[in-house]
Amino acid sequence: MDYLDLAADLVARARKQGADEVECVVHEGSSFSVGVRLGEIEQIKDSGSKAIGLRVLQGRRAASTFSSDFSAEGINVLLQSALETVRFTSDDPFNGLPEADELGVGIDPALLELYHDDVLALTAEQKIEMALSAEAAALDADARITNSEGADCSSGWSRSVLANSNGFAGEYSSTYCSLSVSPLAESNGSKERDFWYSVSLSAAGLDSPEEVGRRAAERALRRLNPTKIETTQVPVVFEPGVARSLLGHIFQAVSGDAVYRDASFLAGKLGEEVANKNIHVIDDGLRPRGFGSSPFDDEGVATRRTTIIDNGVLKSYLLNSYTARKLGLKTTGNASRGLAGSPGVGPGNFMLRAGEHTAEEIIASVDRGLYVTELIGQGVNLVTGDYSRGAAGLWIENGQLTYPVSEITIGGNLKQIFKDIEMIGSDLDFRSALVVPTLKVRLMTLAGK
Amino acid sequence: MSFIQSRYNLTEADLERYLGEALSKGGDYADLYFEYLTTTSASLDESIVKSASQGVSVGCGVRVISGEKTGYAYTNDLAPEKLTHAARTAAQIAASSSKVRVAGLEEQKGTQDLYPVVHTPGDVEFSQKVSLLRQADEAARAYDARIFRVEVGYRDSVRHILIVNSEGVVRSDTQPLTRLDVSVLAREGDKMERGHDGTGGRVGLDYFQTERTPEDLAKEAARQAILQLGAEEAPAGEMPVVLGPGWPGILLHEAVGHGLEADFNRKQLSAFSGMIGRRVASELCTVIDDGHIPSRRGSMNVDDEGATTGRAVLIEKGILKAYLQDRLSSRILGTPPTGNGRRESYRHIPMPRMTNTFMLAGEDAPEDIVRSVDRGIYCANFGGGQVDITSGKFVFSASESYLIEGGKLTRPVRGATLIGNGPDVLTKVSRVGHDLKLDRGIGTCGKEGQSVPVGVGIPTIKIDQLTVGGTNVMRAGSTFQE
Repeated sequence: MDYLDLAADLVARARKQGADEVECVVHEGSSFSVGVRLGEIEQIKDSGSKAIGLRVLQGRRAASTFSSDFSAEGINVLLQSALETVRFTSDDPFNGLPEADELGVGIDPALLELYHDDVLALTAEQKIEMALSAEAAALDADARITNSEGADCSSGWSRSVLANSNGFAGEYSSTYCSLSVSPLAESNGSKERDFWYSVSLSAAGLDSPEEVGRRAAERALRRLNPTKIETTQVPVVFEPGVARSLLGHIFQAVSGDAVYRDASFLAGKLGEEVANKNIHVIDDGLRPRGFGSSPFDDEGVATRRTTIIDNGVLKSYLLNSYTARKLGLKTTGNASRGLAGSPGVGPGNFMLRAGEHTAEEIIASVDRGLYVTELIGQGVNLVTGDYSRGAAGLWIENGQLTYPVSEITIGGNLKQIFKDIEMIGSDLDFRSALVVPTLKVRLMTLAGK
Repeated sequence: MSFIQSRYNLTEADLERYLGEALSKGGDYADLYFEYLTTTSASLDESIVKSASQGVSVGCGVRVISGEKTGYAYTNDLAPEKLTHAARTAAQIAASSSKVRVAGLEEQKGTQDLYPVVHTPGDVEFSQKVSLLRQADEAARAYDARIFRVEVGYRDSVRHILIVNSEGVVRSDTQPLTRLDVSVLAREGDKMERGHDGTGGRVGLDYFQTERTPEDLAKEAARQAILQLGAEEAPAGEMPVVLGPGWPGILLHEAVGHGLEADFNRKQLSAFSGMIGRRVASELCTVIDDGHIPSRRGSMNVDDEGATTGRAVLIEKGILKAYLQDRLSSRILGTPPTGNGRRESYRHIPMPRMTNTFMLAGEDAPEDIVRSVDRGIYCANFGGGQVDITSGKFVFSASESYLIEGGKLTRPVRGATLIGNGPDVLTKVSRVGHDLKLDRGIGTCGKEGQSVPVGVGIPTIKIDQLTVGGTNVMRAGSTFQE
């Protein structure tokens, strides 16, 4: 049976057996990955999986079940245990499927260009060759590249099917492929590892193996023989790969789940200035070839483009139908669900608008400061905005990158950090659903010696 | 016969046939990992039970090893043609004419019974699980009027596994895993803080009546949030750090544990590579990884490759003794397996992983350790941590910490992050308390995209110098220099 029919059929059966509202998802996908290390194949992995998730409402009570067992008996168990489990939850007046007039697609799925035949045409041999070339490019880049954690090339496709009892039925498929290398540099007793990767929805969109390998080597080399610096307060420049985590904190803070719980430093701040005037953030679920693009969200609501921050002023939260009802607002088409549980909130393509400066210009504007290339640890409190994370990067002196720095932390408060973003790069990094360029923060606390 | 064999009518002849397919291209070794996992979860928020969920995940992963190469394929359909296809796909990694024969399969009886749960959590009525949520909610709200939000989550799983390999090994296990978590928010004026506590292990529901109750968790979460309301900004800079007993053992996990996993070491990728027999810690430090402590979250009767778990001494009186092995690494390094081959699920290739990692108790009284510090910081609880295996740099975030002034805990501080260098930090341990405690059973370790449950433990210890990443530079500059 086709999975769209299977989902629609399960919705009908659940309704017949007493559920008032029903939503069913089917996820299917497969992927193939190769790992090479020091010129040899190390790992080949082939995977295929499928699973089904069912959410039922009785009155305003909700429960969900999921299974990877598609046999008739497996499907029966899925349905019966959903109807049984829903007896144990509470009536919640805000529960329910989206209104019928909110359901639909925001765009013809074909126009999103999420599915690319060239990914499926990649052979195992080609992927092995790409991984080997990328690793070789890193190993050959410099004599100080002495070892490697390996290179990986993977590709896959996935399909999402959704049907509900308000009449929605839809599906879309997408592909992806990626190439990554992790070389190790060694010099004077110092060992440092770094990595670089390219990822795209199409094979043609991948950077060349040589480019990926060369950049990975460059990144590992520039970390060699790091210093620990004195505790101080200086400007901090985030390269796009780490600036992404700052944008991620904005996403978490405007997500309806955190907002209605008051568990966000941006809760209740609609219409207020929450960032510097140069900051514009949008969530765009309709961008062709975007990692966060989809024709409809995980409740079947049409995806769209939502302005989050305009000239530093908070314009909108990101909502699914539940959090919208809680806050007395309308869903923004950002429902996101796995197989189990109630829908949460997920980004479309969550993008900070590019500025006009190159990364070099931004670095050149700093007298003494830090260029951050890596952040580790979880020292972020979204309730208060307190921020303190382990960092590594390069010291900036007189506008120039100088020696590497590690074993320090950078700290501050997110409320202030976003107001202190002084310069924005033109170099948007599109390798994820969070899209962001180089950012410069006026002042942060560095803890070191 | 194991649960999985009887449920899916898998005879030993079937299993031998799949292993034969897996070795049909000439691999050295093959194994099959069958998993049948059931989970239930429920959560409460705003004093109502908002969600409840049940699920089943079934699958089989086929692995073929040829020299240092691994081929892996999995399927969540256990039909014979799908299993045969997965075995043939994994077989492609090998391309040699030499043929290894599959040894006759023989089921090994387990020698351990570490989690004798009379009723696995899956058998218990859902209503009993839901009532744990309500108990915790009421207790947290009753603790203090400033607690304005309470979220409680319950989650359990029962994992049936069957591991069969080409050397004739057949092992099965049934692994329960249960946890309960309470998160609260407290508000006073425009200040808002979070508190959290959780507990669990390879236990049944009775654990929450006899060991730690929902009320205990609620009070602890509420206490932390209220305490944080009065906390000051953490200092920044280098200073002595005292770690309290229990969960702060995450330091061992991040700072040394990952660096001792054999895969990183055989590839010379770890900051600890080539250091067996060398001093990596002060002589007060003995660090153990023990996968066979009854009922603990990190424990297993057999690891995910069918090896019996045990106790490995990683560091003895400061000297590095051993790495944590899985089958592939122990085969390549020629050292015995340590029962540390683990995987998240049938979708994942096993790797060397920690189980329960802790430091043995020393002789000092905890209060004497604090008394020995003039100015520093005391960390009672942590959120989480992370390590860069190659450089050894680690970081972790304290969720409850205090200033030590004149040998006494004075004021609570918030937002303290500790950062240091793995091979170096334990050499700076100058005092070890007699109060070894294991954590409360909520640790999850992530490595290369795979999550597995783990435990940690530590007595009170003093680290003479560590960088604290706070935001308060002025205090660090003026007061915090030794």
